[in-house]
Amino acid sequence: MKAAVLVFPGINRERDMARTLRLVSGREPSMVWHADRELPVGTDLVVIPGGFSYGDYLRCGAIAARSPIMEAVRAHAAKGGLLLGVCNGFQILCEAGLLPGVLMRNENLRFICRDVYLRVERSDTPFTRGYNAGQVVRVPVAHGEGNYIADGETIAKLEGEGRVLFRYSSPDGMIDPNWNHNGAINAIAGIVNDQGNVLGMMPHPENHVEAAIGPTDGRGLFAGLVEALDRAA
Amino acid sequence: MKARVTVTLKSGILDPQGKAIEGALRSLGLAGVASVRQGKVFDIEIEDGDRAKAEALLKQAADKLLANTVIENYRVDVLG
Repeated sequence: MKAAVLVFPGINRERDMARTLRLVSGREPSMVWHADRELPVGTDLVVIPGGFSYGDYLRCGAIAARSPIMEAVRAHAAKGGLLLGVCNGFQILCEAGLLPGVLMRNENLRFICRDVYLRVERSDTPFTRGYNAGQVVRVPVAHGEGNYIADGETIAKLEGEGRVLFRYSSPDGMIDPNWNHNGAINAIAGIVNDQGNVLGMMPHPENHVEAAIGPTDGRGLFAGLVEALDRAA
Repeated sequence: MKARVTVTLKSGILDPQGKAIEGALRSLGLAGVASVRQGKVFDIEIEDGDRAKAEALLKQAADKLLANTVIENYRVDVLG
């Protein structure tokens, strides 16, 4: 795995992400500044970490989505390269038009910072091959705008094509409004694009990978990516 | 030349901020407020003096950045 982590002004999860990528893949990721126009040669995974790029000015992710590096990211994704956006990264991907829909203010108007349970909807993707379909994982969220919405046609398409990879659920995997913390439509926590190589998700799997800190349920996502990329290489 | 771009949420899109403001107006005892939708206003100064060009430029600005047309509508007013 040759990962690149994008760095925008106001991002604050890039070091957690880099640490996790290093831990799981054994390889140091490149940190790529937003004003750069090229990704390091041979990059096979681009990660947009969480934080508050540009202070969430205008709309979350709106300004970062139009920064110089994003042209290279777009080209990487168009070639089928893997692209992962977490939290603010998910918002940036939506604003860039690389994923459909938008992340609105949480339904309860509060910033939510806690562990949540996610049901993994399928395991036959590069992002979820480290899990079983139907498995419930515990990972943290920390966001004020994670309430996913799109028009009815888009939602029907996402559901019909199996592009929802993660949903907020109860600890035993039930989809229930009480466990849908931010009010996202259909409890959507993470989706992929139509080609399946771009994932956006609000929760932070990179923060649950070390037993010394707590649960390690986030590790599966990164271990799966390493496996998928090694197989492709 | 001065211009204003007004960005508003499309109808049907949940606006929790508008709802909170609506509640605050009620709690101030301001009777008669039926509902509130929050939006954004951009006051923009244009270099060029041509009205049609300014409108086209601002439409582009709104489509590319100022509005997220998935959930928002916008209106361009060139004020002269």
